[in-house]
Amino acid sequence: MEFFRIRRDIPFMRHALVLNVVSFLTFAAAVFFLTTRGLHLSIEFTGGTVMEVEYAAAADLGRTRAAVDSLGLGEVQVQNFGTSHDVLIRLPLGAQGGGEAKQSELAGRVLEVLCKAESGTVATKQYTTPQGEQVSRPSCSTSTGAEPLKLSRTEFVGPSVGEELTWDGIKALSVTVVGIMLYLAFRFEWKFSVAGIIANLHDVVIILGFFAYFQWEFSLAVLAAVLAVLGYSVNESVVIFDRVREAFRRFRKLNTREVIDHAITSTISRTIITHGSTLMMVVSMLIFGGPTLHYFALALTIGILFGIYSSVFVAAAIVMWLGVKREDLVKLSAKDGDPNDPNAGAMV
Amino acid sequence: MNRYPVWKYAMLVIAFLIGALYTAPNFFGEAPAVQVSSGKATVKVEPALVGRVQEALKAVSVNADFVALEGTSVRARFDNTDTQIKAKDAIARALNPDASNPSYIVALNLVSRSPQWLTRMRALPMYLGLDLRGGVHFLMQVDMKSALTKKAESLTGDLRTLLRDKSIRHTGISRDGNTVDVRFRDKTMLDGAKTLLNDQLPDLIWTETVEGDSFKLTGALKPQAARAVQDQALKQNITTLHNRVNELGVAEPVIQQQGADRVVVQLPGVQDTAKAKDIIGRTATLEVRLVDDSAEAAAAAVGSGPVPFGTERYVERGGAPLIVKRQVILTGENLTDAQPGFDGQNGNEPAVHLTLDAKGARIFRDVTRESVGKRMAILLFEKGKGEVITAPVIRSEIGGGRVQISGRMNTVEAADTALLLRAGSLAAPMEIIEERTIGPSLGAENIKLGFNSVIYGFSAIAVFMCLYYLLFGVFSTVALAFNLLLLVAVLSMLQATLTLPGIAAIALALGMAIDANVLINERVREELRNGASPQTAIATGYERAWGTILDSNVTTLIAGLALLAFGSGPVRGFAVVHCLGILTSMFSAVVFSRGLVNLWYGRQKKLKGVSIGQIWRPDGATPAAEV
Repeated sequence: MEFFRIRRDIPFMRHALVLNVVSFLTFAAAVFFLTTRGLHLSIEFTGGTVMEVEYAAAADLGRTRAAVDSLGLGEVQVQNFGTSHDVLIRLPLGAQGGGEAKQSELAGRVLEVLCKAESGTVATKQYTTPQGEQVSRPSCSTSTGAEPLKLSRTEFVGPSVGEELTWDGIKALSVTVVGIMLYLAFRFEWKFSVAGIIANLHDVVIILGFFAYFQWEFSLAVLAAVLAVLGYSVNESVVIFDRVREAFRRFRKLNTREVIDHAITSTISRTIITHGSTLMMVVSMLIFGGPTLHYFALALTIGILFGIYSSVFVAAAIVMWLGVKREDLVKLSAKDGDPNDPNAGAMV
Repeated sequence: MNRYPVWKYAMLVIAFLIGALYTAPNFFGEAPAVQVSSGKATVKVEPALVGRVQEALKAVSVNADFVALEGTSVRARFDNTDTQIKAKDAIARALNPDASNPSYIVALNLVSRSPQWLTRMRALPMYLGLDLRGGVHFLMQVDMKSALTKKAESLTGDLRTLLRDKSIRHTGISRDGNTVDVRFRDKTMLDGAKTLLNDQLPDLIWTETVEGDSFKLTGALKPQAARAVQDQALKQNITTLHNRVNELGVAEPVIQQQGADRVVVQLPGVQDTAKAKDIIGRTATLEVRLVDDSAEAAAAAVGSGPVPFGTERYVERGGAPLIVKRQVILTGENLTDAQPGFDGQNGNEPAVHLTLDAKGARIFRDVTRESVGKRMAILLFEKGKGEVITAPVIRSEIGGGRVQISGRMNTVEAADTALLLRAGSLAAPMEIIEERTIGPSLGAENIKLGFNSVIYGFSAIAVFMCLYYLLFGVFSTVALAFNLLLLVAVLSMLQATLTLPGIAAIALALGMAIDANVLINERVREELRNGASPQTAIATGYERAWGTILDSNVTTLIAGLALLAFGSGPVRGFAVVHCLGILTSMFSAVVFSRGLVNLWYGRQKKLKGVSIGQIWRPDGATPAAEV
């Protein structure tokens, strides 16, 4: 089986200008949505309380919302999480003007009103799991002994932590960008380093644009996914740049545009297959990973798809616009060679 | 040309064996167990306890798989839950004769079912994070400002005593935040004080200022002294938290320092946040009272008479009863520090040195002056029950807030007593700044989801690779499986905590690792397409692909390291697995898969073709590949 039966180099760069305009427009749209709508940051960044409640029957969001609203906590979000039985409740920070100590007791109070809304009462239940582990938890039960809802997860983050995480995220992003640029500049040339990083930041901004446009939740895990994509799709640019260098050495007659076309053509099969394989894994996470991994996998999926596009059309095109020449790369390696080597400079 | 020397094959086999060995414990699952840990700060878990547990089990003829001391607790593993519960009752009865005042906490627990010989090789299963196991997570911030203020307060007391002892006259000592101001009427007094203070209080740095006709010395804590205070406060808080968490009977609590002023507390299996918070936030109290040494009290102590009015009966460490007056002289709040050391006058007799704050020092001086020759008891209250830690005799009036307890102690006891006195209270208040609880069913669900996504993703890749690259695809798949094995083995060796983001990182690592094999296979195909002989194609294919693989992995690693450096919590777990995955993938994709290829094709001298899928050539010539 062979998917790619390419007779001659595909003139990718002929369409570079059009595609770059498209790229630029997408990028501009992403920036626009980022500035106007902003990211829907998770409580890890903003601080606040999140509760995940599992209802025995399909949850009535209206009733849940009304119950939580009765506490007067300000802007509370109530939404389904994964299935119709699971409900995610997000409580803002400083909901009652109290300190952090009060905030951390909020979850218990919310559980109480939710329980009351289902006509049950909260009591601490002690039991031993089948594995023999002793567990005690506050549980809600009705007079008939049924358990209409269960608290499956709560999370509280204070304001100082959120601020710190935002800073750490920014630091991680900038260290990654600088590190990759330095590596590319060292390994190739500054033009490649600039092109590579612009192409991949373009991916990052577009992922963020998606998150801003759809108001998907941007959590720490998504940030990790974005950085992983950044490292991963730079790979792609590296592979193409590698071939560009090789083609410059091997085919002296080709001009820069043809060299880049040749490099892309000879790697396109590998590009699509590796990205396809990684995508299989990521999509499997998207399908089977459940709601917790959903946005993480989504960010990776978008990132990988745009990664293919950007390293082929954006990175290579920028290198071309920056006017990379044979001398930029070939001279570099000739300098490294042993001057006494009789074969120095000989290229096959 | 495509042959590995024997040592290289041997290395691969060894890597495989080690990988298999350390991955294995993860598959044994967990068995019911009983865990015995100390229930009081005064009780220590010692190797002798293992024997006592064994005896208790023998008495009710329950068979344990093993009974062993692990860290600060004794664990016994059982076949099933029935014997486990039976054993728990038996052990509890044997170790805690007084059920209302238990010395040991006997709790049900889970331990790995893996055989003892694996455990002895330190081949342990990965530790499951809270999101996979269920439990409570707290991030607590220690209020360092108040620790420093407390230190400044105690130094102010010292200062006052010092100046009085040397009769240096001052016009006032005041504490302003973390600095201490001393005012003098003339310069000579100031100079005298400065020399003395520089000599006696090395933790402070002094600056002089002149205000009109009065002279002022301002003392601030030296940076390294401040750091030491903070370190100590954090350590003491962690010790205190340990003591408190122990009584929850949690299987494997994690109490760790994070950053300069934070403590992470993770309690797997605990679902009742309110109770956990209550216990963590409680203050054990320390009280100093006088011992009643009247005849009635002596009679009450041996049990032959009623306890006199206004007194209480407590048990001293070691078992002797003691009648103590109800009136509290001092509480733990007045105690700023307790350190083990040696008696100043009596040569090298072990002693405990206590430091009291200014208020405590004043009260203590007054009380000791009136009660020379009497005994004083220091009590520690935990869970509402008091215990006498030590009851020394007052030999003389003690002023200045520096108290020394000595006599009838060896060095170990002195250190223990000091720890107990310190552990009674938190060095600085803490507040919860992050809290997470995860239900056990959600944890199990998360494991299943994470596991499924790895399995399905892996299968999809495997099927595709085998179809597209035929035998080379099989080699790539085996190499990928080997990568997974190595990754899990390394994580188990490091005893990393596996979390859901960690599982996601494993999946992602596999998805990215296949990149290297695709690169290699494509290169080999390309060489074949260009007319190279099969053996040469394999060799040059691997060789050429290596540079690219290295490049691409370096960039991925840069992002991984950045995440590792700046990430916290779940992101860190992701980053660790991500980075390790990149490293293991380089080994498995390049060295291991080459080994497989060499083993298969290397020996064939006249190789006509390789099974790497159909190779199409633009000129229509027959490629050197088996289809």
